[in-house]
Amino acid sequence: MDINQRYTPQSWPEHPETATMEGKNKFIGFWLLLAAETVTFASLFATYLALKDKGPSGMEFSAAGLFELPLVFAMTMILLTSSLTSVYAMYHMKNHNFKAMQAWLGITVLLGATFLGLEIYEFNHYVHLGFGYTNSAFSSAFYTLVGTHGAHVLFGLSWFIALMLRNAKRGLNMYNAPKFYLASLYWHFIDVVWVFIFTVVYLMGVIG
Amino acid sequence: MSSIAQKKGFGATIWDFMTTVDHKKIAILYLISGGFFFLVGGLEAMLIRVQLATAGNDFLSAGTYNEIITMHGTTMIFLAAMPILLAFMNAIMPLQIGARDVAFPFLNSLGFWLFFFGGIFLNLSWFMGGAPDAGWTNYASLALASEGHGIDFYSLGLTISGFGTLIAGINFLVTIINMRAPGMTYMRMPLFTWTTFVASALILLAFPPLTVGLFFMVFDRMFGASFFAVEMGGNTIIWEHLFWIFGHPEVYILILPAFGIFSEIFAIFSRKRLFGYTALVFATILIGFYGFMVWAHHMFTVGLGPTANAVFALATMIIAVPTGIKIFNWLLTIWGGNISFTTPMIYAVAFIPSFVAGGVTGVMQAIAPLDYQLHDSYFIVAHFHYVIVGGVVLAILAGTHLYWPKMFGTMLSEKLGKWTFWFFFIGFHLTFFIQHFLGLMGMPRRVYTFGADQGWDLFNAISSAGAVLMAIGVIILLVNVVMTSIKNERVGNDPWGDGRTLEWAIASPPPFYNFAQTPLVRGLDTFWIEKMDGNKKGMIYAEPLGDIHMPNGSIIPFVISLGMFIASFGALYFLDGDKPWALAVLIIGLVITFGSMLVRSLKDDLGFHITKAELLEDAKGGNTDGH
Amino acid sequence: MAHDTHIHVRSQAEFEYAKKKRAEEMRGHLATFAIMIFLTLVAFTMVAAGFSAYLIVPIILLLAGIQVILQLYYFMHMSGKGHGMVAFFMFCGMFVAFITVLALVTIVWW
Ligand code: HEM
Ligand SMILES: [Cu+2]
Repeated sequence: MDINQRYTPQSWPEHPETATMEGKNKFIGFWLLLAAETVTFASLFATYLALKDKGPSGMEFSAAGLFELPLVFAMTMILLTSSLTSVYAMYHMKNHNFKAMQAWLGITVLLGATFLGLEIYEFNHYVHLGFGYTNSAFSSAFYTLVGTHGAHVLFGLSWFIALMLRNAKRGLNMYNAPKFYLASLYWHFIDVVWVFIFTVVYLMGVIG
Repeated sequence: MSSIAQKKGFGATIWDFMTTVDHKKIAILYLISGGFFFLVGGLEAMLIRVQLATAGNDFLSAGTYNEIITMHGTTMIFLAAMPILLAFMNAIMPLQIGARDVAFPFLNSLGFWLFFFGGIFLNLSWFMGGAPDAGWTNYASLALASEGHGIDFYSLGLTISGFGTLIAGINFLVTIINMRAPGMTYMRMPLFTWTTFVASALILLAFPPLTVGLFFMVFDRMFGASFFAVEMGGNTIIWEHLFWIFGHPEVYILILPAFGIFSEIFAIFSRKRLFGYTALVFATILIGFYGFMVWAHHMFTVGLGPTANAVFALATMIIAVPTGIKIFNWLLTIWGGNISFTTPMIYAVAFIPSFVAGGVTGVMQAIAPLDYQLHDSYFIVAHFHYVIVGGVVLAILAGTHLYWPKMFGTMLSEKLGKWTFWFFFIGFHLTFFIQHFLGLMGMPRRVYTFGADQGWDLFNAISSAGAVLMAIGVIILLVNVVMTSIKNERVGNDPWGDGRTLEWAIASPPPFYNFAQTPLVRGLDTFWIEKMDGNKKGMIYAEPLGDIHMPNGSIIPFVISLGMFIASFGALYFLDGDKPWALAVLIIGLVITFGSMLVRSLKDDLGFHITKAELLEDAKGGNTDGH
Repeated sequence: MAHDTHIHVRSQAEFEYAKKKRAEEMRGHLATFAIMIFLTLVAFTMVAAGFSAYLIVPIILLLAGIQVILQLYYFMHMSGKGHGMVAFFMFCGMFVAFITVLALVTIVWW
């Protein structure tokens, strides 16, 4: 594979992410990682469910009393939208339109960062209420589950940013196309996990 | 390549291994470090048997005894058996499918170094205030109460080496999915490749629960969380579930590759196609599936309720069926074969009754009410040693003899090999058979001594004597390795003469680029087919000779793992009031790790090419694929 | 490993066709997105409206499941060519995920 090979939209393959052997390997390997991540998050969810509302006797916190939906709703909308903007980015990647791809990725990153900011705000709020990480089994499980998701968001953002900066001058080629594609897969996966977080943790939490 | 044949200085060789991304060299690294840990674990086993040789012995204190059994189990499973199997997978599987390389050579190296540093970290506990002492299962109720840092070494060490194993699993899966030679359909893959595939799939899905459990353990002990702390609302059963959701598939991660090695051996030395290849493949896949549905048979006595116990008891009994299918296939492979009793073959033949014994006790334990009697007694110890030693370790020893010439280019002595076998095999049955009865007589596992009035003296003494025989067997193997390495008689492509699969169609050891031309696969046992057709060139090739693209070596995997290793010390001492430097160490380690990852992702590493001319030159030097 | 990638320059007609198909697909993605937003709205509204938990919980779990399917099959193209093994392993992962959750909500001894 020649990294300096220049492409035009017309010579750009239909599936640039799997056009090379390296790309194919990365593609399958990354999906396998997502399968493993599925089990990882399942273990975290399972533990959260087992420990929900459990704490030292007389604990004042419960999911029903703690969580507030408006903020979660805003976060959900932001993350969902960022999923769509990353789809747009990949649409332009496949059209070999580097500038448009970078622009949509930029929007995705902004949305992701907003999401993360809101999450930090939320955690901070809870901590000020006295619901710290070491407060109870419930708090440990809650922060670990939602925090692990947040760490994934942070990683996804860093990945996008690193790719955008690194390739800003080089444009799209067969070497970085799979990387862009996988980063966006990762981003969708983060969204998938969030769908379960807002459903299982927040919505089901508020119901009691 | 001619250049690799040149003698290198010691330092250069070390550097070469530290930076290598060649699956065959990584295999050697796995074999050496796994072998080292096997000796360490073996030493611990000997200490256990010395302590238990007589009633009321005070050779070891109760506390030290707990540390030793914990480290024995943990070392043997995570640092010895699995890495040695990974060594064979690395050395052989890519050759068996005719691949140029594994899918991710860089990650392959990273996986090894993570395992290595995790193992070293865990074992450093001996010198840094005490080893873990809550058993290899590390049940939370015990682990949280353990003083000192032993348990922290366990959780952090296994987390690191677990990442390494997960990476290895993904790497093998992708290699098998994407990099098979032309004609190598799934149903033509040798059984060792198949079992590597399924074991890797189990690694992929079973290690995450363990990692999560270990994370909880780390956070509970080191950062003040309370997942398992009952007074804070925690629940220790969560650990047991997460551990065994991992733990039962883990035993299949160990035994499936062992099945694979034996399948190869039966076919080679019976000079017959494997009987029921298709059945063997499907039994392997089925075992992989069922492996995830039976974990609670380790928890029958926890009190999960009769429904749960009944479901898991049934599921457990069902899993014995595909295992039985395999046994019959192997027997029918031998049946009517033209058998030669080489060292690998006698291991394989001895494996069958040994493993069946372990399977039978397994099914007994699967009967939940009976397990209330057997659980936590020496009967359990006998069971899992029959399956692990009688299955996995025999396979490792057999595989060592079988694949040694392929990995190192020289044979191990058959004579010494048979001595090893007899000492080990007799010692094994002597040690563990009698433990069934100790268990039935009521001797509990994991206690450091027993009274003279309990009637367990004689059987324990016999058991200890058997352990000595096993140790002698292992020592003979070491002598064998040293002697044959000094003699260093070089062998050809197919040293056993009856090789059937692709790894025997290439030089021993293979050139670093594997097959100069990718072979064309025409059926199951593809090399055998070519032999029967009288093909003088060895194989038919699927492509003309041309330039080969190879990845560059890199020190980065080593540095990434080193960073994790350093960071772990920071995490370990984080909550100790008197060690303010802990946080700094944690941060430095993480900076090293993430910094080197960043370097890796920012620097393009496009590898290099071996030209056709160099390949031709090499072929003249004797490094050919043909005879 | 990777021999140099063969570069295939598409004819103008082929190119136009591929481009048009991608644009169509993109419109499909927009529709998918609209459905996701709608499902999310339904879930939040149901909870805000305060229906009985026995009614809400199964429904919002179902809605979450549908969203996941949409993400996997549309945004992540899991039904596309060359995704056979991918789908197999993802479903195995989901299976293990399911029994893990099931175990920890039913048999942890409270
Ligand atoms: C026929 C298949 C098998 C069945 C039915 C079976 C069944 C069982 C059961 C029910 C237990 C729990 C006993 C107790 O603690 O009360 C057990 C323990 C164990 N088995 Fe097996 N087993 C089988 C095969 C294997 C294999 C192939 C391996 C390893 C290669 C293995 C390794 C172990 C280990 C390590 C333990 C003890 C774990 C501990 O408590 O430390 N088993 N087995
Ligand atoms: Cu088991």
